[in-house]
Amino acid sequence: MTTVTTTSWEMVVGLEVHCELATATKLFCGCRNAFGDEPNTNVCPVCLGLPGSLPVLNRHAVELAMRVGLALHCHLQPSLFHRKNYFYPDMPKDYQVSQYDEPLNVGGALDLPDGSRVGVTRAHMEEDTGKTTHVGGGGGRIHGADHSLVDYNRAGIPLVEIVSEPDIRSAEQAKAYVNELRAILVAIGASDARMEEGSLRIDANVSLRRTGTEALGTRAEIKNLNSVRSLGRALEYEVRRQTQRLEAGETVVQETRHWNEDEGRTSSMRSKEEAYDYRYFPEPDLVPLAPSEEWLAEVRAALPVLPADRRVALAAVTGAAVTDASVGIVVQLGLDDLVVAAVHAGAGGRLALNRAANELAHGVAPNPAAFAKVLQMEGEGRLTATQAKTVLAELMASGGDPEAIAAANGFEALKGDVVAAAVDAAIAASPGEWERYAGGEAKLAGFFVGKVMAATKGKADGKAVTALLADRLAARSTGENW
Amino acid sequence: MTAAVEIARNVRAGSRSARDVVEEHLATIAGREAELHAFNLVLAEEALAEADEVDRRVAAGEDPGPLAGVPVALKDNLCTRGVPTTCSSLILEGWRPPYDATVVTRLREAGAVVVGKTNMDEFAMGSSTENSAFGPTRNPHDPSRVPGGSSGGSAAAVAAGFASLALGSDTGGSIRQPAALCGVVGVKPTYGLVSRYGLVAFASSLDQIGPFAGSVADAALALEVIAGHDRADSTSIPRPAPSLSAVLDDGVEGLRIGVVRELVDAVDPDVGARLSAAAAALEAAGAKVDEASVPAITFGLSAYYLLATAEASSNLARYDGVRYGLRVDGDDVGAMYGATRAAGFGAEVKRRIMLGTYALSAGYYDAYYGQAQRVRTLIIRDFDAAYASYDLLLAPTAPTTAFELGAKTADPLTMYLSDVCTIPSNLAGHPAVSVPYGRGDDGLPVGVQLLAPALGEATMFRAAAALERSLAL
Repeated sequence: MTTVTTTSWEMVVGLEVHCELATATKLFCGCRNAFGDEPNTNVCPVCLGLPGSLPVLNRHAVELAMRVGLALHCHLQPSLFHRKNYFYPDMPKDYQVSQYDEPLNVGGALDLPDGSRVGVTRAHMEEDTGKTTHVGGGGGRIHGADHSLVDYNRAGIPLVEIVSEPDIRSAEQAKAYVNELRAILVAIGASDARMEEGSLRIDANVSLRRTGTEALGTRAEIKNLNSVRSLGRALEYEVRRQTQRLEAGETVVQETRHWNEDEGRTSSMRSKEEAYDYRYFPEPDLVPLAPSEEWLAEVRAALPVLPADRRVALAAVTGAAVTDASVGIVVQLGLDDLVVAAVHAGAGGRLALNRAANELAHGVAPNPAAFAKVLQMEGEGRLTATQAKTVLAELMASGGDPEAIAAANGFEALKGDVVAAAVDAAIAASPGEWERYAGGEAKLAGFFVGKVMAATKGKADGKAVTALLADRLAARSTGENW
Repeated sequence: MTAAVEIARNVRAGSRSARDVVEEHLATIAGREAELHAFNLVLAEEALAEADEVDRRVAAGEDPGPLAGVPVALKDNLCTRGVPTTCSSLILEGWRPPYDATVVTRLREAGAVVVGKTNMDEFAMGSSTENSAFGPTRNPHDPSRVPGGSSGGSAAAVAAGFASLALGSDTGGSIRQPAALCGVVGVKPTYGLVSRYGLVAFASSLDQIGPFAGSVADAALALEVIAGHDRADSTSIPRPAPSLSAVLDDGVEGLRIGVVRELVDAVDPDVGARLSAAAAALEAAGAKVDEASVPAITFGLSAYYLLATAEASSNLARYDGVRYGLRVDGDDVGAMYGATRAAGFGAEVKRRIMLGTYALSAGYYDAYYGQAQRVRTLIIRDFDAAYASYDLLLAPTAPTTAFELGAKTADPLTMYLSDVCTIPSNLAGHPAVSVPYGRGDDGLPVGVQLLAPALGEATMFRAAAALERSLAL
């Protein structure tokens, strides 16, 4: 008989991401697709669902949805719009037009920077609802509110809902999935993917199962995840909650749970027993959507290089692993062309990656020639690491010529003998510390580096100083007279 | 009854003013409207202003269009900008559409003058116009009888001479059946031939707008004006309006016409006798007439009452008191929905919403909605098979002549059977026209129906005109 360990649970997560498409107009009418306008100004009989109005499908929205499908390696198929029927004040027609069992995009995948792959079940088109604000009582929810305000500007904005397979195994991976998805959506021009404006919205399906088993556990669906950070926190909370229940011999209830960012916890919204029957049926006011081969080829040809392919190219040029964190960051920052240009201009791949990933994240990137020049100066030892970072910062702030910036800062890398003299002077000035350092107090290396830096006004290369200290130590222990 | 063709000809030629035409019709309305209640709203002042505008254009040497000065009545489920559009329901109380239906725009652009909005069964659900929240319309031929429905107000308006033309909507026979009962011509065009933009939806995959007229030629003229592609309706067929007036005298020589066996037995003997007379007349005019079979149409009624109600349950969800129309307050939003819909909808509308909601529910969808869709496919297949041998089909329009008010209100199923002959064309999306063809034993009008394959309007109108001529002989 085997003993079951009670601590070993595996987290299983699938994500549903709603993405507003960056069209000029709404999905079924000519109203502006814009965020932040005066409420109920971008409305017409169609998106207000007035009696007698009819939808006309926005071709550009379809094209953007096709781009999403292609970028996620989906199969694009003939599709159909259905009506999802339920009553809510922000639904002008009390049904939502959405793709149901015949979506446009199926069977894709998303490759993450760490090398893992998350399956994409489907990416279907649908219309957004209006936005409701519940005023007074009820804690911002409809029940108990004094009254509710509805803004229909958002009603009818085109969405793509991207549904992942339950392939995600950690909060970190879930966050990486969303970040990668955002990068793709922005790269292909499908969406601005701004979570703070609601143009990207995430629901997470979370369950646990015993490590090593295959069957999926009962899942909870988490809503109201308004940032990637919230997603990570909510998943971690939910895993703790479900683990506690399972460890206590209780079951997880299949239900929708609301993430409360301030309280840092999820709470039940409704269980499966109260689940709506949406009475889906084919939308008779629209005809089936089956993009032609020609159109598909056109959209495919116009797709930009995707982040995953850019990581592969960048890794090849710089000699780094494709899963290297800096490779992922540089591509995410859109600095891969800059790094590639610098390498071609003679800069070291590793150095270019590190400097781009760590020093160029905020602000205007320097021009390729200037960036390459700084890396070259650093590579030749003419600038220390610290100096190179300073020059890069100035380049980003106000541009200019790296040589001139270095000169203006007095950044002439010190000749080796000057540094050596400063090291020897520092040792001589602090014999007590030197004895302790020699006796094994390794942290005192910093003390001596600091002394040398002070003496050279920061112009010495930290690495060179450390190397000299090691050198002096070795000489001392071998009895060499220095 | 004055022919639209003749009015337009005279107004365009300047030999009669549109104002004169409209005043004459308004006088007719004033004489009998209180008795018949064809209208929910008579637009007397507006109509006179529109007529004056037509006259001004004629005086300025402009052509107001093919329907210059023709008085038209609109079923009250067609949106009219700034004018109440009620669907004969309390739930749309106070609502004024901010736009005109495409057909209304096209009528106006052709010079027609809208004289009013006609009564109907609430949301076009019914076959007698008794399901109106504003009371029934009566048949001009016998005010103790119904005009049929749901477009009973439009049919009665043309039959009573209130308007030369009227528009209705036909989801399962709502143009053709009242046309037959009121003794006028009624056309249900091919699905997609006439834009539905601005028609308040009952069952979107079946609804189609069409004309009522006093003659086949008037109906042809009206259909030519309202048909043709409209970008605002995704189901609109991307073709121009067909040419119909030009083919009316082409005759039926050599046309193969099949009498639908399955519908002959569904009707009263006197109605059947008129159908036989029509068949004989077409044969005498040179057509080759014999018996045809479309077996699956016997399932049409059952399939229709699942599909139409399913779509209606969704289409009518928007009447929730939130944005427009009636609102009855409640303690919370759910109670408000319930109170509003309870007060705003009539019994038949509620019955159909419940039927349709049930047909779409999880666990029942496949047995009801899914099965009905399969029946629909079978009906189309059987029609296709019949049209391999026939150019047109001939059938009765309604099982009986106009019945007494209240005769069928107690039993919804009996009422539903009024549409048994007309429903198959809606399920198939095919055109059909009801042409008056004499009278039944009770002296009331009988209509016969010509059915054609999709976009077969031109052939259908040729035969309808031939039938009409045969009566005049």
